[in-house]
Amino acid sequence: MLTAPPISPWIIFFASIITSNMIFSNFLGMCSYLSVSGEYKTASGLGKAVTMVMVLTNAINWLIHRFVIIPLGIEYLSNIVFIMVIAALVQILEMFFDRYMPDLHAKLGIFLPLITVNCAILGATLFMVIRQYDFLQSVLFGLGSGLGWWLAISMLAAIRERMAKAKLPPGLSGTAISFIITGIMAMAFVGFSGIFTIQ
Amino acid sequence: MLVQILQTTGSVALISVALAIIISVAEKFLNNYGVCKLDINDGEKVLEVDGGSSLLSSLAAQKIFIPSACGGKATCGLCKVQVLEGAGPLLPTEEPYLTTSERENHYRLACQLKVKNDLVLHIPPELFNIREYITEVVDIQELTYDIKFIRMKLAEGDEITFKAGQFVQFYTKPYGKIKEEVFRAYSIASPPKEKHYIDLIIRRVPDGIATGYAHDALKVGDEVRLSGPYGDFYRRGGEGIHTLVLMAGGSGMAPMVSLIEDIVDKGLDYEIYFFFGAVTIRDIFYVERFQELARTYPKFHFVPALSGGSEGDGWEGEKGTVVDVMLRHTQNADGKEAYLCGGPGMLAASIKALKSVGFTDKTIFFDKF
Repeated sequence: MLTAPPISPWIIFFASIITSNMIFSNFLGMCSYLSVSGEYKTASGLGKAVTMVMVLTNAINWLIHRFVIIPLGIEYLSNIVFIMVIAALVQILEMFFDRYMPDLHAKLGIFLPLITVNCAILGATLFMVIRQYDFLQSVLFGLGSGLGWWLAISMLAAIRERMAKAKLPPGLSGTAISFIITGIMAMAFVGFSGIFTIQ
Repeated sequence: MLVQILQTTGSVALISVALAIIISVAEKFLNNYGVCKLDINDGEKVLEVDGGSSLLSSLAAQKIFIPSACGGKATCGLCKVQVLEGAGPLLPTEEPYLTTSERENHYRLACQLKVKNDLVLHIPPELFNIREYITEVVDIQELTYDIKFIRMKLAEGDEITFKAGQFVQFYTKPYGKIKEEVFRAYSIASPPKEKHYIDLIIRRVPDGIATGYAHDALKVGDEVRLSGPYGDFYRRGGEGIHTLVLMAGGSGMAPMVSLIEDIVDKGLDYEIYFFFGAVTIRDIFYVERFQELARTYPKFHFVPALSGGSEGDGWEGEKGTVVDVMLRHTQNADGKEAYLCGGPGMLAASIKALKSVGFTDKTIFFDKF
């Protein structure tokens, strides 16, 4: 039987926001992080959607991994199963938002399909499997990773909004300066690794 | 070993089946908006439709055709409709196509707006006029080596009402290597008083799907599906306007035939100058027809021009591009409106030329193809 690592779920939660941040220490989910960070409001909306999907996919994928994949001994097929679960969940969420939260759907609607292929989501699931987290650890890891991703994209978007008026050398504008900002922020985040870390 | 492979793939297949079932069930419950009422133009028309699909397709299912060139992909921005109540928030996909004043007046893109509840709409009444026509080809003539005239007769007892200059969409059928139906817009060449048939003038475009169909596959007796009339290219005749300057190149002739015949039929009091351009003598057509009209209808002046004529081709008319010829005959813009139909290059040149003699955006109307 698998044994979960003896780490408090709350340590996992905070560490995944700060020291093991999906963007700043794992560099996952970079493409939407860079492309949707032009405006704070939409970036923040996408962050919320990613957080919600991460929590739900981690919970569902943990259950499927524990009660279907392991008993059948088909660990080598787990990636395809995880991806299908993520895709299905995003599809259902989109319909749910469209029905019950039209305002949120209007803002997130076009980003939701983008989340299907956000590697941070699959990354969260795979980390949870590799690190053998138990259910509570997995859910809090998903929540923490999502909040960390939300924090990262919101910070970048806020900085980019203010930088819009700044004069930059032509070669540095756009994606180039975003990478530099990301690097500086990553250094700051890694500075917290003395407090707690999970790897 | 075979059993093991079947077992593992089977279990993954079962998981995907389970997910598909969950999505389908969710779709049934979440995407079911019941019957929604569409109130159009203060109760002039009240429709009941099943919610869940786009406003554009819901209206099309009720035979109200909103013009759309892209077919509902939010790339043309033509399907604007005023939704006064029940629309919900503006979607990011609509934003690029709506100006501030359109947003204030509750305009939305019908292809993006999903019908989820009762809606109160305002649709310009002329759009009710747009519908489908099933027609039969009764005549095909070769006007030049690459331009054909096609006359289609409407079904018995059916008739079409349109403004001279408007266009219809022409639906092809699969032919040869082309496996799908496509539609293209062509201007109507018959005058509005002819309510029982529609004329088109179609030039062959190299490798064109629809023009290839019209030139190679279409025969007298064939059935053709059309929808229309569409477009805002029609005679305005604003205040103080006494002269209309018409200019066309090649198959841009079509709307001009309709505009001119409409004015002649109604006996409207306009001086008409019609400049018609082609490259060589084998590209030009309808010259005698309009010269005859100019003789019998003194207010109509016809100026055909060839830009690529050669010695000994027998051409006695104007030489040079039709834009230059038009400019030679049009010194000022006093009391004049210009109507242009042709390719983008010719249009750009002629708009520039007309503005240089005093025409403005308010007195130039064009139909681009």
